[in-house]
Amino acid sequence: MTRAATGPVQVTGEVLGVKRAGAFHHLTLVAAGVAERFRPGTFVALTVGGDLSQRLLRRTFPIYRARPTGAYGGTVEVVLATGDDGSDWLSRLGGGARLDVLGPLGRPFALPKEPVTCTLVGGGHASAPLFGLAERLRERGCAVHMVLGAATETRLFGALEARRAAKTVIVTTEDGSVGMRGSVSAVLPDLLARTSTDVVYASGPHGLLHAAAEAAEAHGAWSQTAVETDMPCGTGVCQACVLPVVGEDGVTRMVRACTEGPVFRGDRVRWRDLGTVPSGTWGAPPPAPTGGPAR
Amino acid sequence: MTAVDLSTSLAGVTLPNPVMTAAGCAAAGRELEPFLDVAALGGVVTRSVTLDPRAGWPPPRMVETASGVLSGTGLQGPGIGGFLATELPWLVQRQARAVVSIAGESLAEFAELARRVGNSPGVTAVEVNLGWPEDAATGRDPYQASKVVNVVRRDVPRGIPVLAKLAPVVHSVVDVTRAVVKAGADGVVLAHTVPGMAIDRRTLRPALGGVTGGLSGPAVHALAVRCVWEVHQALPDVCVVGVGGVRTGYDALELLLAGASAVQVGTMIFHDPSSPARIVAELEAELSQRNLTRVADVVGRAHRPEGELS
Ligand SMILES: Cc1cc2nc3c(=O)[nH]c(=O)nc-3n(C[C@H](O)[C@H](O)[C@H](O)COP(=O)(O)O)c2cc1C
Ligand code: FES
Repeated sequence: MTRAATGPVQVTGEVLGVKRAGAFHHLTLVAAGVAERFRPGTFVALTVGGDLSQRLLRRTFPIYRARPTGAYGGTVEVVLATGDDGSDWLSRLGGGARLDVLGPLGRPFALPKEPVTCTLVGGGHASAPLFGLAERLRERGCAVHMVLGAATETRLFGALEARRAAKTVIVTTEDGSVGMRGSVSAVLPDLLARTSTDVVYASGPHGLLHAAAEAAEAHGAWSQTAVETDMPCGTGVCQACVLPVVGEDGVTRMVRACTEGPVFRGDRVRWRDLGTVPSGTWGAPPPAPTGGPAR
Repeated sequence: MTAVDLSTSLAGVTLPNPVMTAAGCAAAGRELEPFLDVAALGGVVTRSVTLDPRAGWPPPRMVETASGVLSGTGLQGPGIGGFLATELPWLVQRQARAVVSIAGESLAEFAELARRVGNSPGVTAVEVNLGWPEDAATGRDPYQASKVVNVVRRDVPRGIPVLAKLAPVVHSVVDVTRAVVKAGADGVVLAHTVPGMAIDRRTLRPALGGVTGGLSGPAVHALAVRCVWEVHQALPDVCVVGVGGVRTGYDALELLLAGASAVQVGTMIFHDPSSPARIVAELEAELSQRNLTRVADVVGRAHRPEGELS
């Protein structure tokens, strides 16, 4: 059987270390073959709880950094938030712990062919995949600007690193603990105009992605948004990670975030209808006259 | 290591080994390509194909429970047209043994699905989904179930087995089996998911968009073993396929010992996409270690009196 050299691999990963990063944890894994195939925006799906675990679903994380070679072989790094029992378990792992790694999975950010101007927008720890992206964009001669937003200072990720990665960095917090008080949507229109941004890349909660997509559209820029959603398998087999996305033909379909995404064109996602199957979606039942759920 | 003959008979069709994927748990099969060789499995059961395209239920569609998952995807899929145009040809081209699962909303729909699937080249067997939790009536009532099987059997060519997939939570799984076999089923698949529910810890509201869903995974394995055992005990000549919570080669062996001729792996594919291939290898080792040389010899073996060897 021939297997695509670019496809994902399944390997036993070994924890190199877990470090605190503000309210988050930064996990480094040795995982052969993943880094070579990495492109910014792709993710890994990890098992949690060990071999005897009663927790069967994968936890997925966008790849923060990937190094094909190093003292320990290829490594990948991800950022964990607390609150989910599986991520909490990962954050307590010590060096040498082993777990099953699938990756890189999903569609990466599309990169421009020309050296254009790009604004990267990140919310909380979801900004992680933007740093690898910034590097690739700079290698192509693109100008890179960054906006990082969070509820409060400890929930920002990568604010220092952003200063190396981007020409302009704007930080916003909802409580004003650092940077400008408010959300990223307040600063985007002005920044996009001032920098003449051609492409907006965004990674974060749905509200932030929606705001970034709208700001891009108002300014006449393309947008690429990486959605954050529960992905029980990460490989396209469970059909649980779907969201309504408009295709080239103008038809809305429920598509899988793990396989058709996680990166989508921002103007294609039906942000206001997330969590629903909008009427008119391909294969949706006609609206029920009684208002009750239709079969 | 003792050499093991893993081949088995699925209602007369020979499979190279008894491990298949379960309906709705391997998408179109293609998604597993990076992780295993679909042709090396006993078979690939497709998601349940419906007549028209279906968008499925609104999310959330799946929650994790202890040793299992609760899900309600609402049979999202491209409909029979899309399935026959792209998904089935891919499986056939990869030389996978394609078992096509069908789900209709009426007898007429089942009949049309059976006709179109039966006329397509490369179908190894047809599985009739009679047990999805949203469709409570059909799979639980022997009379309704047998009517469906009857129309499907009529339209599927003779050499292609028709398997009836049943709900596990019924008054008597033996009675339903008896009824569908009488109506022409060549075997039964035991069993579908178990109706269940979970409440979200943040919203304190039903966790699934469809409110209730189907429980699957290792949490239901013992239930599947019991269903297979009861049916094989009462109807030893009926071909049974065991499905529910198969995680290891031993879990597969357990279902064979209870009376299954083949097994399916569902939820564990979400956990580990290469698990069906791993389970084939583990099953071989489980048999070899015990000097059991043929899968055919272990089917229903647990029913034999103690001390009786072969
Ligand atoms: C997400 C999901 C989707 C499923 N879709 C189908 C389906 O389309 N048709 C069907 O007959 N069974 C379907 N099933 C049931 C499985 O095929 C299987 O009977 C059940 O999950 C028990 O096996 P398991 O514990 O190995 O998953 C589905 C199960 C799950 C979890
Ligand atoms: S996470 Fe399972 S299909 Fe996307």
